[in-house]
Amino acid sequence: MKYEPVIGLEVHVELNTKSKMFCRCSADYFGKEPNTHTCPVCLGLPGALPYINEQAINDCIKIGLALGCTISEKSLFERKNYFYPDLPKGYQISQYRWPLCVGGKITLDSGEVIRINRAHQEEDTGKLTHKDGVTLIDFNRSGVPLVEIVTEPDFTNVEQIRDYAKKLQQLFRYLGVSNADMERGDMRLEANISVRPVGQKELPPYRVELKNINSFRFMVAAVEYEIKRQITAIEKGEKLSQETRGWDEDKKCTYLQRSKEEAHDYRYFPEPDLPELILEHKKIQQIKNSLPELPWIKSGRYKKELNIRVEDAVRVTESIGMSQFFENAVEHGKDHGINPQDIVNYIINKKPDIETVLPTQIIEEIKGKAIGVVGDVGELKKLAKQAIKDNPKAVEDYKKGKEAALQVLIGAIMRLSAGKAEVGKVKQILAKLLLEKDGDQYA
Amino acid sequence: MKLTKDQVRLGRDKVKHVAKLANLPLTPEEEEKYSEQLSKILDYIDQLNSVDTKGVEPTFNVSGLSNVMRKDESLASLTQEEALQNPSQKQEGFFVTKRVIGEENG
Ligand SMILES: [Zn+2]
Repeated sequence: MKYEPVIGLEVHVELNTKSKMFCRCSADYFGKEPNTHTCPVCLGLPGALPYINEQAINDCIKIGLALGCTISEKSLFERKNYFYPDLPKGYQISQYRWPLCVGGKITLDSGEVIRINRAHQEEDTGKLTHKDGVTLIDFNRSGVPLVEIVTEPDFTNVEQIRDYAKKLQQLFRYLGVSNADMERGDMRLEANISVRPVGQKELPPYRVELKNINSFRFMVAAVEYEIKRQITAIEKGEKLSQETRGWDEDKKCTYLQRSKEEAHDYRYFPEPDLPELILEHKKIQQIKNSLPELPWIKSGRYKKELNIRVEDAVRVTESIGMSQFFENAVEHGKDHGINPQDIVNYIINKKPDIETVLPTQIIEEIKGKAIGVVGDVGELKKLAKQAIKDNPKAVEDYKKGKEAALQVLIGAIMRLSAGKAEVGKVKQILAKLLLEKDGDQYA
Repeated sequence: MKLTKDQVRLGRDKVKHVAKLANLPLTPEEEEKYSEQLSKILDYIDQLNSVDTKGVEPTFNVSGLSNVMRKDESLASLTQEEALQNPSQKQEGFFVTKRVIGEENG
């Protein structure tokens, strides 16, 4: 019999708000001295009361809207009770029965659709370090706003997981709600995995939770291992049970962390210290209008309007910065008869640094190639030396700090080359030659 | 008054479970005692069930307020010294507890 995995994902993303979820401590905790970003609220001291950060709620709604979720008219926080040293209050303020956002979806590059069950708001826990037989606690992270996004069990392979995680990361950055850096723990993944015979519609009667895996690479390895482990077990006639497993990177296998018998009983109940949220249509509409064009909408538009290949459109919409660079280049290219596909090809092949290169520069280069421009370094150097020799005044001005003098020299080179010298390279060569002190070297 | 077996609503197993969740060490005598006491409390609370609440929305918050939110501004926090005033054990700016491994983040 053939088996297929059934996988659901939970993604936690830390928001990049200035302050924490329920207090005014700075949420910028990464790399800071331990326990320097705390107050009675995020230390869980008796009598301290939470106060909701509106920006975090708005960011959660942004994420929900971008994922096509319905924003709940009424939303409540609840207490998720469990006892662990990273949680000073003895409960995490989270959402359970009344999440902010419900029922969305995301379409993968393959065209497959992953359904989103919910996106809700909660708070992060403190950070534990295990050392020399004790556990050290830093509460700087305690109470940092966290959004949890839960999918339906729609994944059947690792490629889908990879694409989904990449799309979410891109989305968080487009929305500007998180840096979504997995290495730093801004974005964390948990997977629920089970396997069933191909063709079976019902979900398996158990599921294994993969948790506390702090790298995307390890998560992928753990998922792959777990799929094999479960299929082997079923083929041997073993019964799989509900449990939580972690990843052992040394042994390259998953291991049991918690079995069903000790499964958590969180005893959720509405947080009595926080009044409910009533989300009015007008406010939701305002947030909706403030959303940027989403990456998958943008790439679809590029494909249609600019007539470029879909995979290329995906490449130039990787980040907002890249798409702006591309759009500027396309606009400038119009005046010079350069079509968008040429620009895409250039960007993909040459990978210009969009922080330092101007869109107009790449148009010049693309155009240059089209009309047989001189790009040979030896040839250009010769021309540059000639120009330097012919324009001693400009050289002197440049050395005195008059940057504009460089234009005189560039102009001279362009005349010498009948307008065919490659400007970008000419600049580099000139700057280098002019750095050399001894005038004789120009000869 | 001692409860008969049928009257014990919260058996020792449940008391043990709840105690474990709250990380409370209980002696067998305490388990017995709390089982009885908590069962009585449940019975007492059960009187509320005689009220007909059909069609009444549950009340989770008595303030009657909604959307109480603040601007995203950060203020000064406690100093490390202030934050570390209470723990019995501390080390290099950290709170210290006996070693735990495993089930973080719920
Ligand atoms: Zn605080």
